[in-house]
Amino acid sequence: MKTTSSHLEGSDVLSGHALDLGYDGRRISEGLDVVIPPGSFTAIIGPNACGKSTLLRALSRLLKPTAGQVDLDGRNIHSYRTRDVARRLALLPQQSTAPDGITVSDLVARGRFPHQGVLRQFSETDKAKVAEAMAATGVTELADRAVGELSGGQRQRVWLALALAQDTPVLLLDEPTTFLDIAHQLEVLRLCRRLHLTGNYTLVTVLHDLSLAFRFADHVIAMKDGRIVAEGPPSRIATPEIMREVYGIESVVITDPATGGPLVVPLEPDGVSPAAAADTLQVPA
Amino acid sequence: MNALRIPAAPRTVVVGIVLLATTALLGVLAMQTGTISFSFREVMAAVFGLSDNPQAGMVIHRIRLPRTVTAIGVGLCLGAAGATFQSISRNALGSPDIIGFTTGAATGAVAQIILFNAGPAATALAAIAGGLLAAAVVYALSVRGGVSGGYRLILVGIGIGAMLGAVNTLLLLKGNEDLALQAQMWLSGSLAARTWEHAVPVAAAVVLLLPVLLVQGRSLGLLEMGDDVARALGVRVEASRLTSMAAAVGLTAVATAAVGPIAFVALAAPQLAARLTRSVQVPLGTGALMGAALMVACDLLTQRLPMTVHVPIGLMTGLVGGCYLLWLVTRSRSI
Repeated sequence: MKTTSSHLEGSDVLSGHALDLGYDGRRISEGLDVVIPPGSFTAIIGPNACGKSTLLRALSRLLKPTAGQVDLDGRNIHSYRTRDVARRLALLPQQSTAPDGITVSDLVARGRFPHQGVLRQFSETDKAKVAEAMAATGVTELADRAVGELSGGQRQRVWLALALAQDTPVLLLDEPTTFLDIAHQLEVLRLCRRLHLTGNYTLVTVLHDLSLAFRFADHVIAMKDGRIVAEGPPSRIATPEIMREVYGIESVVITDPATGGPLVVPLEPDGVSPAAAADTLQVPA
Repeated sequence: MNALRIPAAPRTVVVGIVLLATTALLGVLAMQTGTISFSFREVMAAVFGLSDNPQAGMVIHRIRLPRTVTAIGVGLCLGAAGATFQSISRNALGSPDIIGFTTGAATGAVAQIILFNAGPAATALAAIAGGLLAAAVVYALSVRGGVSGGYRLILVGIGIGAMLGAVNTLLLLKGNEDLALQAQMWLSGSLAARTWEHAVPVAAAVVLLLPVLLVQGRSLGLLEMGDDVARALGVRVEASRLTSMAAAVGLTAVATAAVGPIAFVALAAPQLAARLTRSVQVPLGTGALMGAALMVACDLLTQRLPMTVHVPIGLMTGLVGGCYLLWLVTRSRSI
C-alpha cells in the first residue's frame, strides 16, 4: 500500500524508484520507493538524521541517487535540462542567503529566472506572476524593504514567494518552519494549506513538528533509518504503534480539540507526572 | 508596482553612460598629453583619420592611441574579472590580484625575463601561461566534492599568491642586475611604450570573453544566494561557475601580460560600481567600465602630475583606487 485510493487517479507527478541515496560514500537510504500523490500536501516526518531531507534533496534533483531514479512527470528528473526542472518544480531549501541590500521585490523576481532567456528579459507575465506570489504570501506591502531587515517569519514568507514566483505545479519545502516561533510556523503552514486547497499544487514538506504535520498535511510519510516505515493519511499514521516504531516513544493519540484530527501526546515513562519527576530529581540532604 | 524594475535599473544605465563618457573624455585628455601637446580637435581628427597634420596623425596613431586603447581594454578586463571573482567567492577580497592569479602571471613573466632573457612577446605569453596555471592550481585545490567558490577559494588563493610572491622575489635576487631591473620594471606595471601589439590582444580578449561574462551575469547573481537555491532556480551551478571563472582568468591573464600587474583595479572597480549603482546585480558591465575609467584616469595622472620621477601606472592605480574606495566606504553606512 503506497497511496490512498483518492490519490490513485492520474499519472505520477513525482516518484522515486529503488533509490540509493547518500553523501561521500555514506549510505543513507537503500532501495527506497516513494510516490508523492499528485495534488497532495505531503509531509515527511521522522527522527533527526532519518533521511527526510536527503529524500527531499533527491526528489528535487539536488542530490543524484547512486542507484535508482526519480521521475518527474513520468521522466527521469536527471534527463531534463536544469532550467526545465525549475519550470516544473520549485524548492525552498533549508539554507539560503539573500544578497546584501536586496529588496523583497527584487528577490522574488529572481524566481522568474527559469522562464527567462538571455535576450528575453522581464516580461509582463513575469511581473504579474511576481505580484501574484507576493500577494499570496502577504509580502506585497514589504516590496521595497530590504530582505535583511525583515523578521524571521516575514523572511520565510519572502523565500516562499520566490518559490511561488517560479510558477511550478510542484513545490518542495525543506523544514520551512525551523527557526520560527509558533505563530509564524502556523502562518507559513496555513499559507501552504491555502495553496494546497487551490488544487494547483503538489506540496511536499519536511516537518519536525508532529502536531503540525498531522494538522496540515493530507498525506504523511514516516521515515526511520533511511526507510519509509509507513505512509498514508494522518489518521492512519498517527498511531501509538507507528510512533513507537519511528521515534521510540510511548504515546496516546487523542482527538485534537481544535481540528478534530489526530494529536499525538507522548507519555512519561512509568506514568510519572512532571511533579513527581521533579521530586525524584531532588538532591538528597 | 514601481518596485519591479528588474533587468537594468535606470540608475545602472545612467552610471554606465556616465562612466563611458568619463572614460572617453579622459582618454582624449590623455592623448593630448605628452612631449608635444595637441588640441582636443587635433586628437579627435587624428583618431578618426581626418587629420591634416601628419605629425599629429602619426603620434596619435602610433603611440598615444594604442596606449589609451590598452589602458581602456585592461581596465575593462580587470573590472569584469574582479566582479566575477568577488561574486563567486561572495567576498570583496576575492579579486584576482588577491587570490594569486595576477601573481602567477607575474611569476611567469619574471621567470621568462630572468631565466631566459626573453623579449616582450615571450614575456607576455609566459605571463598568460603563469596566470592560467596559477588559476588552475587554485581551483583544483579549492574544489571540494565538485563544489568550488566561497572562502576556500580565497584562502587557497592567498596561500598560492604568497608562495608565488616569494618565488618572484627569489627570482629577482637570482638574476643579474640588468635583468632584475628589467623584471622589476615589468612588476610595477606600465603603459609606457604600449603599441598595437599590446592593444590588439587585450581588445580581442574583451570582445571574446566579456560577452561570456555578461551572459553569465544573472546566473552569478543567483549563485550568490547559495548553490541549492541557484540550482532550484535552474542554474547549472558548476558549469556556470567554471565558465565564468575561465573567462575571468583569461581576461586577467591577457591584461597582466599586456601591462604587468595592476594593483587594485580588479578589487576596487566592481565595488565602486556597485556603490554607485546601488544595484544587487553582479556589477560586470559597470565594473568593467569603472575599471576602464580608473585606468585612463590613472594614466592621465601619471602623465600630468608635476613629478620628477616617472610613476608607473601599477602604483598610481593603487593610490587612486585605494583613496577613492576608502572615501566611498567610510562615508556609506552599510559596508
